[in-house]
Amino acid sequence: MSRLDEAEEGAGVSRRGFLKGMGATALAAGALAPAAGAASAAAKGAPAATARTPLFGPAPVAVKLQINGKEREVRVEPRVTLLDALRNHLDLTGAKKVCDRATCGACTVLLDGKAVYSCTVLAVEAQGRAIETVEGLAESHGGAAPIQKCFVANDAQQCGFCTPGFVMACESFKRANPGASRQQALDGLGGNLCRCGTYHGVANAVVDALAGKGGS
Amino acid sequence: MADLAWPDPKDCSLLGKSIPRLDGPDKSAGRAKYTYDVNRPRMLWAKFKTCPYGRARVKSIDVAPAESMAGVVAVEVLKAATTECTVAFQEVAVVAAESEEIAREAARRIAVEWEPLEHNVVDDDVAMAGTKAKAGKEAVTDGFAKAIEGAAVVSETEVGCSILTHCCLESHGSVVEYAEQDGKPAATAWSSTQAASGVGGEFATALGIDAAQVHVVCQHMGGGFGSKFGADLWGALAARLSKKTGRPVKVMLERDMEIALAGSRPSAFGRMRVGVAEDGAIVAWESQAWGSGGNGGGMGAPSLPYVFGNIPDKKTQTTPIFTNTGGARAWRAPNHPQMCLLTMAALSDAAAELGMDELEFFKKNLGLTARADVYAQELDLAADMIGWKQKWTARGDQKGVVRRGLGLAMHTWGGGPHNSNVQCTLHPDGSVELRCGTQDLGVGARTVIGIVAAETFGLPLEKVTVLIGDNRYPQSDGSGGSTTVGAISTATRHACVQALDKLFEAVAPDLNGPASALVAKDGMVRGKESTAGGLPFADACRRLGAQPVVTLGQTQRGNGMSSSQVGGVQMAEVEVDTETGIVTVKKVVAVQDVGRVIDLLTAESQVRGAMIMGVCAALYEERVMDPVTGTLLNPDLEFYKLAGIADVGELAVHLMQTPEHWSRGVIGIGEPPAISPMAAISNAVANAIGARVKRCPMTPDRVLAALKS
Repeated sequence: MSRLDEAEEGAGVSRRGFLKGMGATALAAGALAPAAGAASAAAKGAPAATARTPLFGPAPVAVKLQINGKEREVRVEPRVTLLDALRNHLDLTGAKKVCDRATCGACTVLLDGKAVYSCTVLAVEAQGRAIETVEGLAESHGGAAPIQKCFVANDAQQCGFCTPGFVMACESFKRANPGASRQQALDGLGGNLCRCGTYHGVANAVVDALAGKGGS
Repeated sequence: MADLAWPDPKDCSLLGKSIPRLDGPDKSAGRAKYTYDVNRPRMLWAKFKTCPYGRARVKSIDVAPAESMAGVVAVEVLKAATTECTVAFQEVAVVAAESEEIAREAARRIAVEWEPLEHNVVDDDVAMAGTKAKAGKEAVTDGFAKAIEGAAVVSETEVGCSILTHCCLESHGSVVEYAEQDGKPAATAWSSTQAASGVGGEFATALGIDAAQVHVVCQHMGGGFGSKFGADLWGALAARLSKKTGRPVKVMLERDMEIALAGSRPSAFGRMRVGVAEDGAIVAWESQAWGSGGNGGGMGAPSLPYVFGNIPDKKTQTTPIFTNTGGARAWRAPNHPQMCLLTMAALSDAAAELGMDELEFFKKNLGLTARADVYAQELDLAADMIGWKQKWTARGDQKGVVRRGLGLAMHTWGGGPHNSNVQCTLHPDGSVELRCGTQDLGVGARTVIGIVAAETFGLPLEKVTVLIGDNRYPQSDGSGGSTTVGAISTATRHACVQALDKLFEAVAPDLNGPASALVAKDGMVRGKESTAGGLPFADACRRLGAQPVVTLGQTQRGNGMSSSQVGGVQMAEVEVDTETGIVTVKKVVAVQDVGRVIDLLTAESQVRGAMIMGVCAALYEERVMDPVTGTLLNPDLEFYKLAGIADVGELAVHLMQTPEHWSRGVIGIGEPPAISPMAAISNAVANAIGARVKRCPMTPDRVLAALKS
């Protein structure tokens, strides 16, 4: 298995599966919207839906999500991202919308324990998988997990808009790399951006958390 | 009487210490609610159809495809047929719909026929900008020609920096809910704003109702940096659409519009000549500068040379360029970073031309600045922190593939306080409540108010409740120009001291002494001279009776409470790979004069944040326009590049905190440290590679071009 395949398997959605899913969505959207002729034409060549790629929508569909250990159901269009389902339909607004295209990491949540950009995962794709948000991380630790306490102690936040995403990225990094050095942590956290410039505090926070500060 | 003056630092338990911010737990747990997070029942989402050209006329616009979509509730044309758009991403029409996805798709379906018109997006070349460049008047001193002729060495420098955008992570916008209250038309506006007390009037105007009926809320906001003082068209539209539909409406800009329209920092380019005497004394300065503030016109009011304003003979001229790009807004120390770059680069080049150590050259000429003593002290401290003496090598001496360099820059800023009012409520159970209409941009405004109040009452921080971000609290000016902390800290102190006086009067009989001899410390109210006895604070407050004491404090200026005018020095150490052109920042040090610090932890965070913004400006970020269509080529965070956590190097901060500095009172810290880093890094790169990289950000291609020259 190549590294790329491994990464794709690890992410739970293969590139092939994702593209096929996109094809099915485009087909469905084209069927509903006769005005969008281009979409219909493009969809003609799309692969037929198979048993492995269920066809959703385009009307809102019931989506069951396992969020922070609880099952939540929302009715959303299949094009709705996990981020928008959380923020706009479940009022879980901890994850933030900043770039909306998998660059800045403000929307980071854990999917089966792995950090993902929730702006680039569809809600329908997240079904059957364990979703952990920044709110859930805090609640499962009585209001603040060790990494969150370390963020506060090290002032790893100014305006705070990148903070929830950074917290989840740090938490994911910490779980996967318990013995990491400071430099390894910096290299591992390159997927999140901050505009106020709190990187010094974030670096100190993750180093403290790796050292076991902030409790368990 | 309780003393209004700041207490002696050695007697303080909170003031000036490193205190974690009060809203830190809410921010790190995702509980903090920003405007973007506000979800109201039956709320509509609004999205825009925008202009794809730098300048174009709307030939026709058809909104029927949007209006006919299920879920679309309202469509408003903002640019009717035959009107002109003068900047890419300008709003042409707005759609309000049941969901974000429907609103976005409906906006996309609006059909617009365009007639592209002549435009200019060139901001870096006076000749290419043609008639859009308006040369300003030349200013020249009588002795200039003679001075520059007589100079032992005349150095020449060409350097500049691109247009930056504010790139606030929470984009600009508001949620407005229009509804009748007690028979009167009223509205609540959640707004991501730097001016909670003042912005209500804009919503009122948009709604045609009384400002008194608009409730503005901004509990948390995701960055402003100078770009969020007004409600803007976007807030006004949220208001109008809410009134029209009878439902709450959310307007938050998509990232592309935020980068294109919602604020930018003007570019600045310059050709400089510096005349220097044999001993290193600067005798003459000449500069021709140009740049653009976008469709608002000029590039501000540049004042060259920067910091070294007393160079005896000068010749200066500036050419602002009008471009069809988003307008400039205040951007963390407006104009200073650009003027700092032009000046410090030219002086650094003069030092190199003369073969003098840059540090010695700057020190030699401190008499040409407004605060020679401050800079002298700061230069020595910064030099120690970065190891200047050990590491310095003359420009161009290094021949390896990877070369190290050192550079420095100096800056100045005002930072005096704005007008602020803080209300203190001292409850009979000993709890304290502070209300202020200010807002927290990430600086730690809540925490500043809390620390000052808790210190004044001798209470732990958790006994104090701080309420801000609401126009129903006492007025506080907009947060900009490093004016907030000096204002809210002194107003809080003023309010709390008045409340304390009332408390002392109430308990004086019980404590067998005059009110003037009492003090509140360590949770007790007792005689000033005694170290034991007295009344626990809560017991003392019970003597107030059933009603709380309410006092109002205002900004205090002078008398050691607050002041303005600071100087700062920064030094940078870089490594340049001469094969790839990649610059790596190894270390930046900041030494900053700041008056009296309220919270060392958040103050240092702010300084480091400013330095990181400087690293971004020096190496990564710039707005890139397409000269053919006039549109913006990098309206996203993938290609509008910000530094990541591993890109910023080591950041060392030293805030000057001595009795002399404390005696000046509180001074704002937001802008000053954001000024020097770009210039210091530019100088460090020049030192490393022996040539000036002509433009920031110093991307690999520009570094390689400089190496070839």
